Formats: sequence, C-alpha cells, structure tokens
Amino acid sequence: MNVQDQVNSALRAIAANKLRSMLTMLGVVIGVGSVIAMIGIGQGTKEQSLRNLQRMGTDMLIVWPNWRNGHVHGGSVPVLEKTDVRAIVRNVPLVKYATGQVGGSVTASYADSTTNTQVTGADPNIQYIRNCQMLEGRFYNNADEKVSKRVCVLGFKVYQDLFGMGTDVVGRTIRINQDNFKVLGVVSYKGGSGFWNPDDQIYTPLSTAMERLFGKTKLDSIDIQVANPKLMILAQGQIEDTLDALRTNAAGQRLFMVLNQGDMIQQAQQQSSLLGILLAGIASVSLLVGGIGIMNIMLVSVTERTREIGLRKAIGAKRRTILSQFLLESVVMCSIGGFLGIVFGGGGVHLVAPLMHVPTIVNTQAVLMAVLFSLFVGVFFGLYPAIRASRLQPIEALRFE
Amino acid sequence: MSETKPIIEIEDLSKDYVTGENIVHALRSVNLHINEGEFVAIMGPSGSGKSTFMNVLGCLDRPSKGKFLLAGQDVSKLNDDELAELRCRFIGFVFQSFYLLARTEAIKNVEMPLEYAGAKNRYERAKEALEKVGLGQRIHHKPNELSGGQQQRVAIARAIVNDPVMILADEPTGNLDSRVSEEIMALFQDINEQGKTIVIVTHEEDIARHSKRLVRFKDGRIVSDEPVKDRIIASEMLAKMPNLDEDVPVASAS
Ligand SMILES: Nc1ncnc2c1ncn2[C@@H]1O[C@H](COP(=O)(O)OP(=O)(O)OP(=O)(O)O)[C@@H](O)[C@H]1O
Ligand SMILES: [Mg+2]
Repeated sequence: MNVQDQVNSALRAIAANKLRSMLTMLGVVIGVGSVIAMIGIGQGTKEQSLRNLQRMGTDMLIVWPNWRNGHVHGGSVPVLEKTDVRAIVRNVPLVKYATGQVGGSVTASYADSTTNTQVTGADPNIQYIRNCQMLEGRFYNNADEKVSKRVCVLGFKVYQDLFGMGTDVVGRTIRINQDNFKVLGVVSYKGGSGFWNPDDQIYTPLSTAMERLFGKTKLDSIDIQVANPKLMILAQGQIEDTLDALRTNAAGQRLFMVLNQGDMIQQAQQQSSLLGILLAGIASVSLLVGGIGIMNIMLVSVTERTREIGLRKAIGAKRRTILSQFLLESVVMCSIGGFLGIVFGGGGVHLVAPLMHVPTIVNTQAVLMAVLFSLFVGVFFGLYPAIRASRLQPIEALRFE
Repeated sequence: MSETKPIIEIEDLSKDYVTGENIVHALRSVNLHINEGEFVAIMGPSGSGKSTFMNVLGCLDRPSKGKFLLAGQDVSKLNDDELAELRCRFIGFVFQSFYLLARTEAIKNVEMPLEYAGAKNRYERAKEALEKVGLGQRIHHKPNELSGGQQQRVAIARAIVNDPVMILADEPTGNLDSRVSEEIMALFQDINEQGKTIVIVTHEEDIARHSKRLVRFKDGRIVSDEPVKDRIIASEMLAKMPNLDEDVPVASAS
C-alpha cells in the first residue's frame, strides 16, 4: 500500500462518518483558527499603535508622572503642575513648544448625532506640536485659553460623525458630555486609526478641559517639541534636571518620566508582545483540548472498528499498515481541521480588524506554526489509538462484539 | 485432477483456550492433510472446534501444540507480519457475517486485499472478480444497498481477487436462505473447478454434500474423514429451482 492509497483510504474513513469527523475536527479548527485570529489581531493592534507613535514625530517628548515612585511617604507626590510647563520653557532653551495636557473620554453630540470620542485639553500651541492643518475655521488662541472659554476644534472623524460631510460647522454649538461648546474649526484629515487616533479627537483649551470638563487640577502629561531633534538627549536631560529640582519623593527618587518616540515604541512593543504571548497561550490550550478530542474519538473509533481491523488483518494488513492507517486518519483529520482553522481564522482577522480599525495582518509565520502544530497534534494524539489498533490480534478483533 | 501437492499438512495439532482457571481443549491432537484443488467440508456439533480449526488453517490463530505446514512452510516460525503476508498471498476468507466495510462501495471492499498485496490494476481486477460472482452491475453499491446473498458474493469476490491458493469459508451460508445458499455453493464449486482449494464449515448436510470430502469433528477431534459420494452439483440444482432472482450469477464462465 503506497502513501497515495493510504491517504485515500484515510479520506474514505473520514468521509464514511462525516458528522463525527466534522465534530472531531472542530476542536482543531477552533484551536488553529483562534491562534491565527489572535496573533493576527494582536499584531495588527501592535502595528497600528506603532504607526500612530511614528506619526508623533522624532522631535517629540512626553512627560508623564511616574506613579511607581509615588508610594514613598513624605516628600512630593508624582503630579505635574501647570507651573512645571513654564519652568521647562524657561530653563530649557532647546524646547520649541511645550504644553500641559489633560484628556478623557467624552460623549459628543450635535442634533441627532452622537459619538464617543476623546478630548485633548491643551494650550493653543498643541496645534503646532500635533501639526494640525485647519480644514475650516481657526484653532483656539491664548485669549480663549485665558478665560477658559467653552470652545473646541474638531478632529476630522468627529466632524464626520457629528456633521456628516458638508455644512459649514464653524460657529455651531455641540454638546460635550453635558456642556455646550462652540465649534471654532475642523482639523484636516490625518489618516489615523484605532487607539490614539489623531482624527478621533476634540481639542479644547487646557483650562477649559481642566476646570469645566474633567474637574482636574493636575496635568496628565506635558507634550514637548524640541527645536532640534539631534539635541533630543540633551533636551531630555535638561528637562529632567528642571523637574528634579522641583520635586522628588522622600527617597530622592524621580516622580516623572520623560519619554521620546523611541521609548514609547519600545514600551508599546513590550506591552503587545506580552499580550501576544497571552493570546497565543489561550489559543494553544484550545488546540490541546482539540487534540484530546481527536484522541478520544480515535480511541472510540478503534473500538468501534475493531472488527474492521480484524478483517483488514485477516486479509493481509500488517501491523505497520494498520498503525499508519489510523495515524494517517488522525493526521488527515487534523490537517483538514488546521486548513479550515486557517481559513476561518484568517477570515476572522479580515472581518474583525477593520471593525477595530487596525491593519489586517495574517502572519505567515503564525500560519506555518498552526499547520505544523495541527500536524503534531494529529501525530501525537493519534499515535496511542493507532498503536492500540495495530496490536489487536486478528481473531480476537474479528470476534469482538 | 492432480491432487498431489499437499497444501495443508497438520500433525498432532492441539489448541487450548485458557480462561481464568479453566482450560478448554478446543482441538486435541488433530491430523489432517489437504492437497491442492480439494474441496473439503467440515461438520460437527456446536463447540466441537470447527471454527478454531479454521482459524488455525487460516493463520489467524496459532496452535498450542503440533505441526502445521502451509504450502510446505512451517507456520509456527513466522511472526505476525509474516503471517499477514502469508494470508494475503495464499488465503481468501469468507465469513458467516460477510464482514464488509460499511459505507464503502463493493469495488472498494474487493480492492482491499489488492492494496495490501501492493498489486497493480486494482480497479480492473476487482471489477473482474465482481463480474465472476455475478455482481458486475453492482460494483458501486454499498453493502447496505445489497441483499445478504449479494453481500456474501462481494465477500467471495474479495476472497478470490488476490488469486489465493486456498479459500476458507466458515459457515458461508449460515445467514442465507436455501436458494441463495445454492447460488453461493455454485460459486464455490465453480471456483474449485478452476483449481482453488476450498475448505468450508457448515452445519447443513446438504451444503456439505456440495464438497468432495467431508471431515467430521467432535470434541476437538476428527471422528471421520471420507469422500462425498452422492455429490450435489449446484448448477443442476438451480436449474430445477424456480428462478426468483433475475440476475442469478452465471458463474460458469471461465
Ligand atoms: N476465544 C475463546 N476463548 C475460550 N474458549 C473458546 C474461545 N473460542 C472458542 N472457545 C471454545 O472452544 C470450543 C470450540 O469452539 P469453536 O468456536 O471452535 O466451535 P465450533 O465448532 O465452531 O462451534 P459452532 O458450530 O457453534 O460455531 C468451544 O468449547 C468454545 O467454547
Ligand atoms: Mg463456529
């Protein structure tokens, strides 16, 4: 019996019991499918956050409070004050623009349209830091900032969500959470997506956001653009020195961190690879469960087909032949399951990724891994039942009731 | 007829079954020689050891004691795989309950021994075998689409497809009515005419009278062994019977 015959005979055996074969395969389909889908979506998310970070620019620095050093009693707590921004601008000449920033999720509505989005409250110079080109109207200015005026500038997506296309929106009043805000302008499309989507934003003056929207007295972060990206490290050091002088905890530790684009990308990568490992782990467990299902069914199948095995042996099948027959059945079943899993998993990624606004990535490595893994599952979990089948004595097998 | 070459040489052969503390002596010191081309029927009361004997003949089971040469070869020295190869090349089996693979076309059932033998032109040879047993029109039917007699004919086709030297049939007509049994016996007689050695086990004298030599078992021993005198020729019997089935095998073509 050559390999072709054996594959054919395995396919026949699988086809002979379609429903059961399908149910058996389901475990592998789901396992492989979820491996592909989870790795795909995990990578898409990672890719997308990296793209957003890359858009941030190499001349950017962000200062965040470092809560990790906040538990030490005495000394200062990790907060950022509005005055810190002024200190930075005063002490570090390399800084081109700096603004304090607060943000949060809000519900914005106009007439019948409602959307959930993000508010970025920042000084007017955020428009230069974020490189906001105006599609319509103007950005808010220092005068608006000074009196905490309820004015806002819409990101392109928010504008689309609330107003559709068309209609000049400058001067109209929208609601953000419970407050009325006058629209001063719309920022041109930037082509963002997903988390931190620069188009899914409403900009308001920092004071307005702090006092009227979020009731915050401290800054979430400080966004800084340096004049010369080549002197980035120098600027970073000077900013750290400035803030160190202002505030440390009782142990003298730093209460903030200054991150550049590279640092942020590194952080994002770390986070998403952790997520990836977690997801792959879950998927592997489901593959394992699928494999046990296969073994179970193969054992049942060996018992059920004891007489068939007896007959095959009676008419000349050797141990090796029976062994490879059952092994092949299991492997073929797992391969079909794996193939379907790739199709469904890949399809799932293509379906879900656009909804999550992340790039569609079906990783060839993941596909390869899934194929190998399902073959392995087939061999590993098929081996024991196959050995049992091959060891049956023909006459006992034939007499089996 | 040249019944000179012995295909089976059995001397002082015993088979014991040990179940727990009981020992069943299923075969006690059996001696039997069968030459190529013989048609032997084995009879005897239930439990007399007929099936046990057939299983030993077919190399499906090993004797506890004694000498067994199949086509001159000492079978006791062979391992499981070598026995499998021997069965594949020398022996065709027909069982009382057919043992066809369910949900598998007749032709695929018949091709199976050819696969294990690594033969070529399997489809053609399987088709030819099915035509010989009168099922040329039903090669793609599955067992559940065939009558009992037809299923047994598929099993016979499977037994002869590898062109074995010997065919062993344990109660091949046990599940069939008398007319269909007669048809099956006609097939066996025809196959025997073509030179194949046949050994069948049966409970019915009438079936046994289709053979040429009758061996009787009792309590694991051979109690008589004589030629069949008033032999029944199945094709003549069938000619006398009313024809109920349209496609009775016209198996005499050779
Ligand atoms: N696997 C076995 N284990 C234990 N005892 C067995 C086994 N097979 C057969 N026997 C015993 O061996 C004896 C012979 O059995 P065997 O099946 O050969 O009889 P038989 O002549 O074929 O009977 P029947 O006409 O009913 O088919 C019986 O007493 C039976 O109980
Ligand atoms: Mg019996």
